[in-house]
Amino acid sequence: MAVGAPSSGSLFATAVASTPRLVAYLGLAIALMVADRRGHYAHTARSFAQSLAGPAYWLASAPVEAMKTVGEHARERGELAAENARLKEETLVLRARLARLSALQDENTRLLMLLDVRQRLGLKAQLASLIDVDLDPFRQRIVLNRGAADGVHEGQAVMDETGVLGQVLTVEPSRAFAILITDASHALPVTVARTGLRTIAYGSGETDTLRLPHIPFSADVREGDALLTSGMGGRFPAGLPVGTVRKVTQGDAGTFALALATPAAGIARASRVLLLYDEPEMLTWPDGTSAPLEGPPAILAGSGAKPEAAVEPAAKAVAPSAVEPRR
Amino acid sequence: MNKTRATTILYWTSLAAALVLMLMPLPDLARPLRPFWLALVLIYWGLEEPGRVGLGRSFLLGLACDVLTGNLLGETALRLTVLAFIVLRFRSRMRFFPMLQQSLAVLALLANDRVLMLMVRAFSEPVIPEWSLALAPLAGMALWPWLFLLLDELRLKTRPREA
Repeated sequence: MAVGAPSSGSLFATAVASTPRLVAYLGLAIALMVADRRGHYAHTARSFAQSLAGPAYWLASAPVEAMKTVGEHARERGELAAENARLKEETLVLRARLARLSALQDENTRLLMLLDVRQRLGLKAQLASLIDVDLDPFRQRIVLNRGAADGVHEGQAVMDETGVLGQVLTVEPSRAFAILITDASHALPVTVARTGLRTIAYGSGETDTLRLPHIPFSADVREGDALLTSGMGGRFPAGLPVGTVRKVTQGDAGTFALALATPAAGIARASRVLLLYDEPEMLTWPDGTSAPLEGPPAILAGSGAKPEAAVEPAAKAVAPSAVEPRR
Repeated sequence: MNKTRATTILYWTSLAAALVLMLMPLPDLARPLRPFWLALVLIYWGLEEPGRVGLGRSFLLGLACDVLTGNLLGETALRLTVLAFIVLRFRSRMRFFPMLQQSLAVLALLANDRVLMLMVRAFSEPVIPEWSLALAPLAGMALWPWLFLLLDELRLKTRPREA
């Protein structure tokens, strides 16, 4: 074996692995990272390279897909019939609920009209599937099978049928990378449905936990409280289910209470997701300034006096940058 | 001549397979165990045929991995370049280590890579050091002898016999 590798080989190797070259490459790598993070200079190169990545994704997910297909073929006819019956029943129930919801929405629209608020209602959504590949076990990221060609854009909200899942981080021509709300670098403005308290839900890096570290001790937050998106920061429409408070404890620093919440969406299970197209509802005031529409508390508070007074301070309470994911 | 071409094919196939293995979905419990396949394959070629593993090539490979995994462009490139540098520098020693000692050296390389990864990420996002971060290098160490034997077997079949 030693004879097989001529000595010129190792001489060549040390010449190749010279320190100046290492330093040059490290500098290049750092410059690239900065370029990719700061501007989007590297974006064109990345989209081009991504378009060549299809086969790799296909190869990586093929074994799992094949196993799923085999599993489906192996299922009994009776089992399928039972599932069909169950799904039909579920559809009925959901339709009934939907009818009730649209009645509520109509009522809501009327009430908002009474408040003299212009707003767009209804969410436009597009169905997307996850590409079944693992990116990095220490980050909560997913790949979706829709991209810029399908009209996907950065910052778009991603949800499954039960709640908010995350938001689109980078868009390639035929794929998009999304960051999940449980990623340690994600922050999401939420409101506690029962009390209207606004706070921020941070990802914990684990698929079953959100952290809410900035809850004043005086605030009334209990186990079982539902969390909704507050619509602040402009990324997510208001009122989407986010999760349920699981535990309230003393925070690390002792100045705020820390609540842990379970996400409403099936973070680890989702395989089909919805990409929301709607901009969050915006209130536009005659003087041209705009503020994101607040949840129930702002409207209730504003119903007596002028609405500006209630909404504008609320919009300032959370800097919009709070929802910018850090990459 | 034909045989060196066979080695070249093996070289590129092994790298492509490593890239795909980096993306292969695993059950949740096994995810932190996923070894850094690309690094393992690169270490092998760095030890056995250093002419094929330059810093530039490692850099480009890392870039390919960054694109596939949606990482910050350059992160894996930086990590692999450093890895290749260390392997090429200590190649003459590492090559003649007994297998157990070589596995430990691989563990050290992978652990160093993890530290580097955390350092790079700490600049751009909150990093939570967890004990599970140590699992992947350990898995890499456990796999190293088998990967080494497999690749060596394949490579010796393709190598010209006259040498």
